[in-house]
Amino acid sequence: MKITMAHGSGGKSSAALMKDIFGKYFKNPVLDKMEDAAVIKAEGMMACSTDSFVVTPLLFKGGDIGKLSVCGTVNDLLMMGAEPRYITCGFIMEEGLELELLEKITMSMARQAEKSGVQIIGGDTKVVEGNGGLYINTTGIGFIPEGRNVSSGNCSAGDVVILSGNLGDHHACILSHRMEIDNNIESDCASLEDIVEALFREDIKVRAMRDVTRGGLGTVINEIAESSKCMIELWEDSIPVSREVKGFSDILGLDPLYMGNEGKMIAVVPQEEAERALRAVKATEHGKNAAVIGRVDRGEGAYIKTRLGATRRFDVLYGEGLPRIC
Amino acid sequence: MDIKQVIDYLSSYRGKKLKIMEVCGTHTSSIFKNGIRDLISSDIKLISGPGCPVCVTPASFIDRCVEYARREGHTLLTFGDMMKVPGSEGSLSEAKGRGDASIEIMYSPFEALEKAEKNREKIYVIAAVGFETTVPAYGLLLKEAESRGIKNLKLVTAMKTIVPALRWICENQEDIDGFICPGHVSVITGSVIYNELAEKYGKPFVVAGFEAEHILAALYRIIRQIEEGRGRTENLYTNAVKTGGNQKALEVTEEVFETGPAMWRGLGIIEDSGLYLKERFSEYDGGSRDLYRDMELPEGCRCGDVIVGKINPDQCPMFGKGCSPLRPFGPCMVSAEGACGIWYRNVN
Repeated sequence: MKITMAHGSGGKSSAALMKDIFGKYFKNPVLDKMEDAAVIKAEGMMACSTDSFVVTPLLFKGGDIGKLSVCGTVNDLLMMGAEPRYITCGFIMEEGLELELLEKITMSMARQAEKSGVQIIGGDTKVVEGNGGLYINTTGIGFIPEGRNVSSGNCSAGDVVILSGNLGDHHACILSHRMEIDNNIESDCASLEDIVEALFREDIKVRAMRDVTRGGLGTVINEIAESSKCMIELWEDSIPVSREVKGFSDILGLDPLYMGNEGKMIAVVPQEEAERALRAVKATEHGKNAAVIGRVDRGEGAYIKTRLGATRRFDVLYGEGLPRIC
Repeated sequence: MDIKQVIDYLSSYRGKKLKIMEVCGTHTSSIFKNGIRDLISSDIKLISGPGCPVCVTPASFIDRCVEYARREGHTLLTFGDMMKVPGSEGSLSEAKGRGDASIEIMYSPFEALEKAEKNREKIYVIAAVGFETTVPAYGLLLKEAESRGIKNLKLVTAMKTIVPALRWICENQEDIDGFICPGHVSVITGSVIYNELAEKYGKPFVVAGFEAEHILAALYRIIRQIEEGRGRTENLYTNAVKTGGNQKALEVTEEVFETGPAMWRGLGIIEDSGLYLKERFSEYDGGSRDLYRDMELPEGCRCGDVIVGKINPDQCPMFGKGCSPLRPFGPCMVSAEGACGIWYRNVN
């Protein structure tokens, strides 16, 4: 069975789709009311973020567009120090999309939402002409506990940069699929609440957090340096990249510094708390390969100390990188 | 001698000021990535050469590709790095944005074969650009298309060989003291192709891989040769490059392609430096032999001088002032392997 234009009509087929697929996996008291809008109770500081997902292929080693669409938005909320609570989703489906595939993706979204502790409280579907493609938009809401002040503009001389794990896995995985290269590289697609919770549980004074997605670490570090009006120096030797991804990127001329990830983050913390913070991150499921990879100093721009001891400046990613990676 | 000693030697070098050209864009990229300029004496100047196939491709090639992409029933397939190269009426990216051109980015030329076989009613045109490294793959592709009876496939080629360009540089840029030869090209051609140049011009030609250590070792060997008053070919990339090259790849190239004059942006037309489809494969040729016309570069653009190493990218008056990777005027700013683009991304 495939999606047809009738599924987007708003009539009987739409209702069947709602009942047989979305209603089956997305269940909670707010959504089950099936009103025009979700009504939730809010107090204090709230974080809100939206993201659209257009990755191809829809299923890949280590994840799928459904899991990705939850993790991506949840991570954006987490990076502001928020505790993610709710999510809404919009599905734009091309006609020809296999219902079985849609169900698999929906199931994966529900599973990830549960894992990340968010409720899916609203959604929408549309069908457009096309060739079996699927695009998902998610919007998330989270609440920021008192006392947290996390921002890219908070860093200053004396802070250090912690990276939560290996670079480039998602990028290399998606590219391998597209090039039909058989290897064991899996996407790192994951939500990072375990790492963020561990940092706050340890009472670390987290200055800034960023998830390292499109544009890669190189872009994120430059953005933080600019926001905080400081200089950041990375140490090439300390940046973790798996052997397989290194080999893959060497052959294709890719630089892991600019490769996309979907389950990696950096945290900037005060130097004196670095050791404790690193230990906390390393004890989590998604932070096992974490490392201190650089430091913040007075000045401007982003620099990297190379393996052989040279220093060079690096910039944000220019151009397109790999299209439709997330 | 370990790498530390090589670095010590290169950083403390004092003597005749040297100009050493790294021919290949991948080397330029690695030199920046590894901060190699920071590790060597200021008496050693590294010059980026013409070894970026995208940068030396003339505007008329882009125009021909756009023309195909706009034709009813045709789809142009290209690698991503060609998308922003300026043609006389804009780039492929701009043509695609206007909505009247069918252009798809490919990751491997063999995708074309599958597409052509699946959609027989369409004609797929490949923008085939490259040096000796990529040529055999296109050769294999066409042999496969021929044997599977696939007819709805065409190549617009801008394929070039590196030795004629190096000869041009030796003739016209006498102040280059030595060359780091392209590793990937040499895997196919073998190191033997540089012998005639080394002999004739008495300059060192050293083949190297792309790791920082490889490049530093090549610089060391070039300088040692100069100090010893020698100029010969040396292969430091022996685990990948054989003296005689890759025979299978050379045979495919020989079977499918023949040489002819080619237009190099910045250098002009160089005899025997282009590779064109032989008669047997002429039905696959999308009209590649007459692409000589080059667009006049915008006033002030000195890509031509950058390509031959006359000036560094940052000496061009357009560099960073109206010409950047996001809005490139000259081709050297477009490609990931182009000298200007690499400089822009890495030098403040």
